[in-house]
Amino acid sequence: MNNYHLNHLRELEAESIFIFREVAAQFDNPVILFSGGKDSIVMFHLARKAFYPAKVPIPLLHIDTGHNFKEAIEFRDNLVEKYGVKLYVGSVQKTIDEGKVQEETGYNASRNVLQTTTLLDAIEEHKFDAALGGGRRDEEKARAKERFFSHRDEFGQWDPKNQRPELWNIFNGKKRMGEHFRVFPLSNWTELDVWQYIYMEDIEIPSLYYTHRREVFERDGVLLAAAPFMQLKPTEKIETLDVRCRTIGDITNTGLTRSKADNLKDIIDEIAAERTTERGQRFDDKRSETAMEDRKKEGYF
Amino acid sequence: MTEKKDTNGYLDMELLRFTTAGSVDDGKSTLIGRLLYDSKSIFQDQIEAIEIASKNKGNEETDLALLTDGLRAEREQGITIDVAYRYFATPKRKFIIADTPGHIQYTRNMVTGASTANLAIILIDARHGVIEQTLRHSYIASLLKIPHIVVCINKMDLVDYDESAYEKIKKQFMSFAPKLDVKDIEFIPISALKGDNVVEPSKQMTWYQGTTLLYLLENIYIKGDNNYVDARFPVQYVIRPQSDEFHDYRGYAGRIDGGIFKVGDKIKVFPSGLESKIKSIDTLNESLDMAFAPQSVSITIEDDIDISRGDMIVKTENLMRQSQDITAMISWFNERPLQVRGKYALRHTTNDVKCIIQEVKFKMDINSLERNYDDKEVKMNDIARIQLKTTKPLFFDGYKKNRYTGSFVLIDEVTNETVGAGMIIDKA
Repeated sequence: MNNYHLNHLRELEAESIFIFREVAAQFDNPVILFSGGKDSIVMFHLARKAFYPAKVPIPLLHIDTGHNFKEAIEFRDNLVEKYGVKLYVGSVQKTIDEGKVQEETGYNASRNVLQTTTLLDAIEEHKFDAALGGGRRDEEKARAKERFFSHRDEFGQWDPKNQRPELWNIFNGKKRMGEHFRVFPLSNWTELDVWQYIYMEDIEIPSLYYTHRREVFERDGVLLAAAPFMQLKPTEKIETLDVRCRTIGDITNTGLTRSKADNLKDIIDEIAAERTTERGQRFDDKRSETAMEDRKKEGYF
Repeated sequence: MTEKKDTNGYLDMELLRFTTAGSVDDGKSTLIGRLLYDSKSIFQDQIEAIEIASKNKGNEETDLALLTDGLRAEREQGITIDVAYRYFATPKRKFIIADTPGHIQYTRNMVTGASTANLAIILIDARHGVIEQTLRHSYIASLLKIPHIVVCINKMDLVDYDESAYEKIKKQFMSFAPKLDVKDIEFIPISALKGDNVVEPSKQMTWYQGTTLLYLLENIYIKGDNNYVDARFPVQYVIRPQSDEFHDYRGYAGRIDGGIFKVGDKIKVFPSGLESKIKSIDTLNESLDMAFAPQSVSITIEDDIDISRGDMIVKTENLMRQSQDITAMISWFNERPLQVRGKYALRHTTNDVKCIIQEVKFKMDINSLERNYDDKEVKMNDIARIQLKTTKPLFFDGYKKNRYTGSFVLIDEVTNETVGAGMIIDKA
């Protein structure tokens, strides 16, 4: 019987595919949160696997802060066209223009927190009852305790002390009107698993993940991309370096890594040797020790 | 320069899920911290974060337990409330730790963590020996059918690494082991704090001839843990592309819960009882000749019969039990006690039915492993044997035979909460 055996990536894949199918079966109007980053690209790849040979029956939702890498947006639009999937865009700029949120000011101004309002508005407007996210439990300590099927009340809030137990492979997606679920098919994956899987499955990813020459500046030990809406402090200088993204998010809080890696094998070697988590390079999590937990309770991704 | 790793070797890694149950003072957090630290799974920024948090709390030394305490309320109270999942890898295996609190009021979390584990680590403080909590953890591991148990006798440094202390505790444990139903029990004397026998062999305990904990985690044989005999395929979702290329395609999507399916196999579908043959087993990458647990696939069959979510496909040579009368062990999760004569939604594999609780046979005293026939009120964190009746027949195996086709959850129809988890007893 020894040959009946899956490697750890195939086992994680089987688990994630199971989750996607449970969502399609248990919910009326699910949506995949898609940022154009590697986790959401792997999510979409798994969704294709879950429903093959049918098209992915779940649309995508991009919460657009307006502060994007253009490569990520191009990648998103190509993918949507190639696989014939529907894309919804929730605009943070629109949320600001409507006066629902206040734009932050100052050097470290970010639209990260504002995304929550746009996301909850989009969920309400389109009546999505499940939003599939690429969050992983290895990312952050509040995420480590989140369920695959994470219940949200009618205000979109997470109650970490009252989560539904998840046993075996039984997932309870029952809810009342107005409530919704966040679902995390990649819960058990680590950053390294994601990269190995991209390598194993030969999945196309945005060029930003490979080495490229870019204008950057350093703030609090993190390299950030120079962009028109990034305000420089007097001491900060723009320089041109060979860098790559370890994560892709809003430009204002995506840290870049000095790297010459131009292929997946080199990236994997880099990740395996890294001494900081990918979240450690994100400005949004440096704000306070419970930054993620606080944002999640409010309805963040 | 970064160290080159053999990426191809990484793709051969196995996945091992294990659970650790323990309380604040038995060294569980230290043990997990040690495993993560020695396998280089703790990153610089995580260490910095807990160093700052430790200082803020006024601790002189960095508190490794903070690594495993996630939520604000937990850190404030210095306890673990919920199941936390941790990840680390060595070149041989990827590990998923379900880290659960050990207090009796968190039995439900231990049960949850145990439900998917291949292995349980049970920690015993060498100074105190087998205590109530040891029995509780061992019983839950046995009830949930965790195939392998590793008893770590910890804090050996505090008993001068004395072999007789270790042997005494081992004997104590073995004296109640017959009450458990576990096929594989291992013992290791360790000091999580000093690192003895966790990752590195102990220099202090030369009398111990066995392996270190990490070696055991990396090498324990787990390929036999899945059931490859009884082929079980609960239909999860029906795939109908309705495209030109796949005009008449009708695929039954699901995850194999047991056994092996091959193209050409004769199958029977429950509840209809109709028979057919497997025509193809499809995935995005390729069509397969055979598939086995726990793969997620899409199956097509030769004949046009009506199959939908909740149906079960099995091989004709190996059928399942079917009944509306179910006897089960139940672990209760909710503040509202189990209602005898109460009605609940029941989910078994992908099948949803309703049920009525007919009787509580006994409650298990999980501190003494005695049955209690007098007090039958099943409250949160209680474990009991119950009898229930479903509105439609279930197609099941005993939990002993298959953890996935032998388990179910109960859902409160008003609050939608998951209130209990059941393990079916096959009386035949």
